[in-house]
Amino acid sequence: MDMVVEAGVIKQHLIDPEICIRCNTCEATCPVNAITHDDNNYVVRADVCNGCMACISPCPTGSIDNWRTMPLVRAYTIEEQLTWEELPAELSPEELEAAGVSGASAEAAEAPAQTQAQAAAEATEPVFNSAQYGASVPPWSAAHAYTNLFPPKTPTTATVVGNFNCTEAGFDSETHHVVLDFGVVPFPVLEGQSIGIVPPGVDAIGKRHHARQYSVASPRNGERPGYNNVSLTVKRVTEDHEGDPVRGVCSNYVCDLKVGDTVQVVGPFGSSFLMPNHPKSHIVMICTGTGSAPMRAMTEWRRRLRKSGKFEGGKLMLFFGARTQQELPYFGPLQSLPKDFIDINFAFSRTAGQPKRYVQDLMRERAADLAALLKDGASHFYVCGLKSMEEGVVLALRDVAKEAGLDWDTVGAGLKREGRLHLETY
Amino acid sequence: MSTINYSEKIPNNVNLGEDRTLQRALEGWQPNFINWWDDVGPEGSTNHDVYLRTAVSVDPQGWAQFGHVKMRDYRWGIFLNPGDANREVHFGDHKGEKVWQDVPGEHRANLRRIIVTQGDTEPASVEQQRHLGLTAPSMYDLRNLFQINVEEGRHLWAMVYLLQKHFGRDGREEADALLQRTSGDANNPRILGAFNEKTPDWLAFFMFTYFTDRDGKFQLAALAESAFDPLARTTKFMLTEEAHHMFVGESGVSRVIARTAQVMNELKTDDAQKIRAAGCIDLGTIQRYLNFHYSVTIDLFGADQSSNAAIFYSSGLKGRYEEGKRDDDHVLKGQTYKVLEVKEGQLVEKDVPMLNALNEVLRDDFIKDSVSGVGRWNKVLEKAGIPTRLSVPHKAFNRQIGALAGIKMSPEGRVVSEVEWAAKRDEWLPSSEDFAFVASLMGRVIEPGKFAGWIAPPVMGINRQPVDFEYVRFG
Ligand SMILES: Cc1cc2nc3c(=O)[nH]c(=O)nc-3n(C[C@H](O)[C@H](O)[C@H](O)COP(=O)(O)OP(=O)(O)OC[C@H]3O[C@@H](n4cnc5c(N)ncnc54)[C@H](O)[C@@H]3O)c2cc1C
Ligand code: SF4
Ligand code: SF4
Repeated sequence: MDMVVEAGVIKQHLIDPEICIRCNTCEATCPVNAITHDDNNYVVRADVCNGCMACISPCPTGSIDNWRTMPLVRAYTIEEQLTWEELPAELSPEELEAAGVSGASAEAAEAPAQTQAQAAAEATEPVFNSAQYGASVPPWSAAHAYTNLFPPKTPTTATVVGNFNCTEAGFDSETHHVVLDFGVVPFPVLEGQSIGIVPPGVDAIGKRHHARQYSVASPRNGERPGYNNVSLTVKRVTEDHEGDPVRGVCSNYVCDLKVGDTVQVVGPFGSSFLMPNHPKSHIVMICTGTGSAPMRAMTEWRRRLRKSGKFEGGKLMLFFGARTQQELPYFGPLQSLPKDFIDINFAFSRTAGQPKRYVQDLMRERAADLAALLKDGASHFYVCGLKSMEEGVVLALRDVAKEAGLDWDTVGAGLKREGRLHLETY
Repeated sequence: MSTINYSEKIPNNVNLGEDRTLQRALEGWQPNFINWWDDVGPEGSTNHDVYLRTAVSVDPQGWAQFGHVKMRDYRWGIFLNPGDANREVHFGDHKGEKVWQDVPGEHRANLRRIIVTQGDTEPASVEQQRHLGLTAPSMYDLRNLFQINVEEGRHLWAMVYLLQKHFGRDGREEADALLQRTSGDANNPRILGAFNEKTPDWLAFFMFTYFTDRDGKFQLAALAESAFDPLARTTKFMLTEEAHHMFVGESGVSRVIARTAQVMNELKTDDAQKIRAAGCIDLGTIQRYLNFHYSVTIDLFGADQSSNAAIFYSSGLKGRYEEGKRDDDHVLKGQTYKVLEVKEGQLVEKDVPMLNALNEVLRDDFIKDSVSGVGRWNKVLEKAGIPTRLSVPHKAFNRQIGALAGIKMSPEGRVVSEVEWAAKRDEWLPSSEDFAFVASLMGRVIEPGKFAGWIAPPVMGINRQPVDFEYVRFG
């Protein structure tokens, strides 16, 4: 997730100076170096924090789980935060209004970033919190993942060996398939992991750009089997979440790379969004847009295994959403996979003359098959793509379970505990 | 190397299964550890299911997993932070060389000593805190005590792993000895003084976790810079756990102060006797406890001038706190640092070679960190409109180690005569009467959401659970 931006409003991540004990755990934990401190306070940089929540549970005090709806232009700077003795109150609706923020857009900023703590504190009825079902452990049969071989302070270099548009050419939202080669540098990755790319240059306040994360789209033995290379699926960001034109720093840099260019890479990251290895496991993949990257990686690895005769009936099922068919990355190659290998379901939300369809609608249509998979302990569910899809997808799973007479609390807890439901949304 | 293998007898992320000799050595040590836990671990806790935080991997998603577990079944094991293949020694005479994966022969004795000393503190604090569960002021606090206990236990594992993996037979003997010494034992005490002091009551426990576990933070942070990479990675991970201990101390004292302030305002008094009569700990007593724990803890950093400290630094064994963030040459030859001594009845500063003063440097970093936390306690008083302020005593107050050892000094830093010291001692340090009073308040409160009268409830629960959550299920 990126710091949520809706109509100039952000949900700003803040630390409560009255509760924080300055233990440095958050700073040591944050994967993108969004946290810094002086002798007085620990603070979060609004322009760097991507709301990944990695810092939330390691913080021993809970002081880091604070969020304020703020007009983007008035987001608290770190200099301001460093002087705080207590957390400022939420801006009142009048103050927000005065800053040009309507009630509706303030609420829009509220919803996605609402954290468990707020949900628990504010709700009289329990609020559905999809994130709570996401596993933090890998499936039992997953291969061993390496992480942080190249931490943010010491990136390594990779060479671009391929870069082409994998959506239909000529659309604004073009998505590139980029292949990076590591030569002899060890950079082992598994399907489901991500890497960070450090764009060159500095940001508006003169600091080196922070790394942006991208999921690996190639299987473990390389985009080109037997080579030390990985592929990424990168969407050019040309408008922000409000639809206003912007030029995303890193995505444009990556999409414009030429073969032979070198890039700075950190990572790999992720040790739980990993695929099961045992030959009878089923994989259900639910994604939108570039969330297809890890799904492509898993599908391709299964395809390679199947070709070599190493598969015994594990099912693959894919739910893939985009605005239009033209925007779907890998649409062509996906079409040519055998039907008995993968069960593909496309959802388009903006096809002219047709009703909007989202991945969750498709999931409800396929409830019978999904219910059977939910009952089977060998099934694994993966959700990747835009943050806004996560809740809908998990709710759809819950409804499918309920309709099939399953107790969702039991099923959901089991999926989490056994590393069989993985959520990665951004 | 991030996910921890729980299928083995000893959870680990160091491929223990591939090193049969080490595995056997650790498996031999494990029953002794469990016996030690059963003998001197938290009293009367065997059947409780405690809401504990356990690491399942060493990345942020994995290292803070919560659930009800019996403490004996806690996943004690060996967890190292991920390594960095390119890491270089970044201070001392070996600066710029590749970090060591094995112990260099010439540093063997020193490294062993450092690890044994660190390792010895971990079981010691479990022993010191053994009886506290019987007088916990709430179920929430009981859980926090137990969380600290299991993590100290795991930190012992962390050091034992290093000893057994890298120091052969000597290491195995040292590992055994860690379970044989006992805190406060007249014949076989723990190595460092503060770890033989009693932790008689919960105010002492909070002060201990605030000050003495903070010493742990600074020692671990200095070791996390080490050129001996396994030590650096081990202590890095320990630091993430240590944070909780300091939290318990800082918030614990803060809650005691909040409750006292509340009662002072209700009764409109600052009379210690009236406050005591109302079942709260008066601010004077809190200040005396603070003076005691602070002064005992700053002794833990060692003598103000030490050739060992210089050797440890120059040879790359132990760096400074946040070594990487300092912008000097990281070799420190020819530089000086100011330390205190007493000359003609006056405290004076003198310059000594920086390398020899590194214990003092670390002590001063600790002091700065402690003082700012005391400032946060004062905010509680400020908010309650109470004019009294707490403060740390002078660095030379009540010291037993280094050039200031034995010098009689008031908390403000005035050298005093033996006579004055004897007369004022009970104003400056907790008296037997203070201890008796605080002890009289200690009764067990374990109903979810209920708190003893001398302490305020916490601002929020653990892991976003409500304050009245059932943190401990009594079996
Ligand atoms: C674990 C993880 C995996 C990811 N995997 C992928 C992946 O496989 N492929 C991929 O393309 N991206 C992926 N992302 C998102 C990616 O890291 C960047 O956020 C994205 O490329 C935008 O970066 P930028 O530097 O171009 O834009 P920035 O310069 O950071 O942002 C410019 C503006 O655009 C907004 N913005 C950022 N992203 C979007 C967006 N997607 N849509 C609309 N507005 C946006 C920002 O809020 C900002 O206002 C992943 C993120 C995470 C956390
Ligand atoms: S982890 Fe929490 S308590 Fe520690 S410094 Fe960060 S915000 Fe403060
Ligand atoms: S939410 Fe993620 S990015 Fe933001 S401060 Fe926490 S760890 Fe860093």
